[in-house]
Amino acid sequence: MKQSNPHWKERLAGQIPPLLASEIDIFENEIALRLTGKIDEKVFAETRLRRGAYGQRYDNGQRNDGIEARKLAYGRADLTKGPNTLWDAPGMQRIKIPFGGLNATQLEVLAELAEEYSDGIAHITTRQDVQLHFIHIEDTPSVMRRLAAVGITTREACGNTVRNVTSCPLGGVCRDEAFDVTPYAHDCAQFLLGHPDTQDFGRKFKIAFSGCETNPCALVRIHDLGCVAQVRDGKRGFKVYVGGGLGTVPYQAKLFDEFLPVEELLPLAQAMARVFARLGEKKNRNAARMKFLVVKLGLEEFKRLVLEERAALPTDPRWTTPAVLPEESPLHPGALLQIDPATPGFTTWKSDNVYQQRQEGYATVTVALPLGDLTADQLRGLADIARAYVKETIRTTVEQNIVLRWVSESDLPALYDALSALGLNAAGAGTIVDITACPGTDTCKLGISSSRGLAGELRERLAENGAAADDAIRQLRIKISGCFNSCGQHHIADLGFYGVSRNKSGFAAPHFQVVLGGQWTENAGSYGLAIGAVPSKRIPATVTRITARYVQERQSSETFQAYIRRIGKAECKLMIQDLTEVPPYTTDPSFYSDWHDPRVFTLGDMGIGECAGEVISAIDFQLTACEREAFEAQLALEKKDVSQAAKLAYESMLHGAAALLTWRKLGYDHTPDAIVERFREQFFDTQVFFDPFAGGKFAQYFFRAHERRNEARGEESAHRLIEEAQLFIEACHSCYARLSLQPAKV
Amino acid sequence: MQHIHIKLFAESPAAVRLADAIPVFHRWIQTSAVPGLLIDVADYSHVINGPGVVLIGHEAYYSLDAAKGRLGLLYQRKAKADGDAAENLRDALKTAQAAAALLEHEPEFAGKLRFRQDQVAVTLNDRLLHPNNDETWAAVEPALRAVLDGYTLVRNENPRELFEVLATRA
Ligand code: SF4
Repeated sequence: MKQSNPHWKERLAGQIPPLLASEIDIFENEIALRLTGKIDEKVFAETRLRRGAYGQRYDNGQRNDGIEARKLAYGRADLTKGPNTLWDAPGMQRIKIPFGGLNATQLEVLAELAEEYSDGIAHITTRQDVQLHFIHIEDTPSVMRRLAAVGITTREACGNTVRNVTSCPLGGVCRDEAFDVTPYAHDCAQFLLGHPDTQDFGRKFKIAFSGCETNPCALVRIHDLGCVAQVRDGKRGFKVYVGGGLGTVPYQAKLFDEFLPVEELLPLAQAMARVFARLGEKKNRNAARMKFLVVKLGLEEFKRLVLEERAALPTDPRWTTPAVLPEESPLHPGALLQIDPATPGFTTWKSDNVYQQRQEGYATVTVALPLGDLTADQLRGLADIARAYVKETIRTTVEQNIVLRWVSESDLPALYDALSALGLNAAGAGTIVDITACPGTDTCKLGISSSRGLAGELRERLAENGAAADDAIRQLRIKISGCFNSCGQHHIADLGFYGVSRNKSGFAAPHFQVVLGGQWTENAGSYGLAIGAVPSKRIPATVTRITARYVQERQSSETFQAYIRRIGKAECKLMIQDLTEVPPYTTDPSFYSDWHDPRVFTLGDMGIGECAGEVISAIDFQLTACEREAFEAQLALEKKDVSQAAKLAYESMLHGAAALLTWRKLGYDHTPDAIVERFREQFFDTQVFFDPFAGGKFAQYFFRAHERRNEARGEESAHRLIEEAQLFIEACHSCYARLSLQPAKV
Repeated sequence: MQHIHIKLFAESPAAVRLADAIPVFHRWIQTSAVPGLLIDVADYSHVINGPGVVLIGHEAYYSLDAAKGRLGLLYQRKAKADGDAAENLRDALKTAQAAAALLEHEPEFAGKLRFRQDQVAVTLNDRLLHPNNDETWAAVEPALRAVLDGYTLVRNENPRELFEVLATRA
């Protein structure tokens, strides 16, 4: 834990947008409250998840070291940051990067954070986020402040929220796009961030934008809401898909609307969020994604409900006031590269990693990152390159790479040299060696097999054995997930793998289920076929076998998907049959440990995932916020800010009363007088708020605080008010608990 | 001084495979071979000039590190150290040297890996407590000189990088 944590707030004062600053202050106070046991661990877990602070493998304090399961003896063994999640165990910080857009300063700050708080590596995810691992929970406010000072928020990066809004990294420079979707992705992300209608989901909500129907840059059809740019009669709009998603059982998104005018985008997203919040499953997280709701209701009914909701929405001026994104422009004049230099590797790199923009003389360069990883030094070096060759036009991609846009083609040789100096000149972007993998057993609590270990091994072997030189093989994609949850997107790869385990004579061996023929193009047009589980250590041989058969047997220019469909599942299974065998442990123990992990394989390290977060109802959140306000009132009083202390204490009571009214669906005007009046009528006069012993006393505290809200108070009086506020909030909790036993009025 | 990093450099790096440190560090966890609570092993051997293979601990990390193209044993103190500057530096140096000696004798590295005795890099991994500037240099120089007596000290003055001193014995 960093010794500088108490000082960042002061150091960055004035540099953080006020809203973000107060968000982070709130989170810091919540950490303080959890440290003193004043917030329930479940509520705290959802709170931190909503700020992107995620759990990591072994954070239950248990790890199998290869000989036996051992306790990780952290000093504060009783303190947790969520159910079964120890406080001191390191965690992962996810950092939301809407549409993957970054600038050079942001890269530099990410470098500093990776170096100072993590293990020196920043990791790009399959949803254009950045992740840092091994972060202590008490370091997270400093991390968040340093990010916020350069315009990045981690808010709603995890948990049951609208996750990072993704979009084509080629938006605006693509030769095939209908129009640049970037501003729409940006506005959608900003509009829904922290929006009241997106705070009560039973599960996450993922949105993606694509500029065209065919290219695989945004994968809209695996999203809850996917938008594909269309132009009709000179007007911009979107083809809208809903209810897509991978996971254990993948669902193809359904076409919701052939053409949604762009000005209807935000209201439709809001209406959809409201329907999802209202009708989506809340208790069973395994059936809570939007895809299940669409199936349950049927597309037509879902559509009817969303459109009805849309029609009833009060107009929001933000729907039609687009945020102004700074216009991208080149740094250097566009000029064609006439002759490739003799530099070794340049020509292959150019053919794989360089995309000719529709703007003549300009190219977009993909920096291919091994397993999505890059170091602090590489981040700083990339920042320098982004300043020297482009106007900091950087994006992350869903293939876990980074692109630099608006490179003058004549600069390509110099840019290649600069990337070489950083060790970032690997060719093969978008080819079979550019493997996508989720964190798997490296850091994920749900991981079964080592997806990153396998990806690293395959990358090396494919480069060494020359298989990737064959053009038909080179174009294939490999994607690997550590378990059936599909974070590595294995369903949409030509060759997909997901981690499973098999037992042989009492020994567990890591395996991967082989999934063939998924479609990456057409925005993830179709899903592959699972054909059988192969021991982890035989996956490289499996890849060699399948790709060799494809090259031998394909008919003229038959695609891999078409080939797999033609030969059928039975033949595919036969093709790998002998490779599914596991030798006994006594014959070859190497099959019983995973790639790059020599420990004897076990499932004992798996924990409970946090992907979905805890399902916490809105009132739990609101009452926790009230407690935090009362806590902040105490802090203000400590600083002798009496009027602020009194104000916060009163507001905490007001918000507690409003939370109960909202929860019971008792409509009210949002003025303090109206809240008090409605609360009196519904909870006091009816006596439902009454404590079995104290009767209506705590409600009286609230009424009195309201009457005296404009009076100046002395320190003692403010102190008393804070005490009363705490008692009133406790009474709100009790009332909520009592009434939960009875059905709410609908 | 807080969050001290000590890097001891390998004599002939070409003979060493980063990934060989993976089983070694797993064994170190099994046998609690180095001080502190040891948690897991992170493998970044696929990253060029990266952190290599890292033994993640609660109080400190130990790694076979390849940053800046120089292979070495890196000790990174994460938790608060309670002594004065010289004590904290001396402790970190001693722990790093002990870990390096241990690594040299592991079967995977026997005869291949030896650490130089004449050079050490000291980094302070906190830009706010120890910014890379003259004031920090003035504040920590006495402790550095006291602990690294007989070494020539050269500071990396790149303001974007962490405060770092390369100490070389003549
Ligand atoms: S696919 Fe499984 S192992 Fe991989 S990140 Fe998702 S939950 Fe974890």
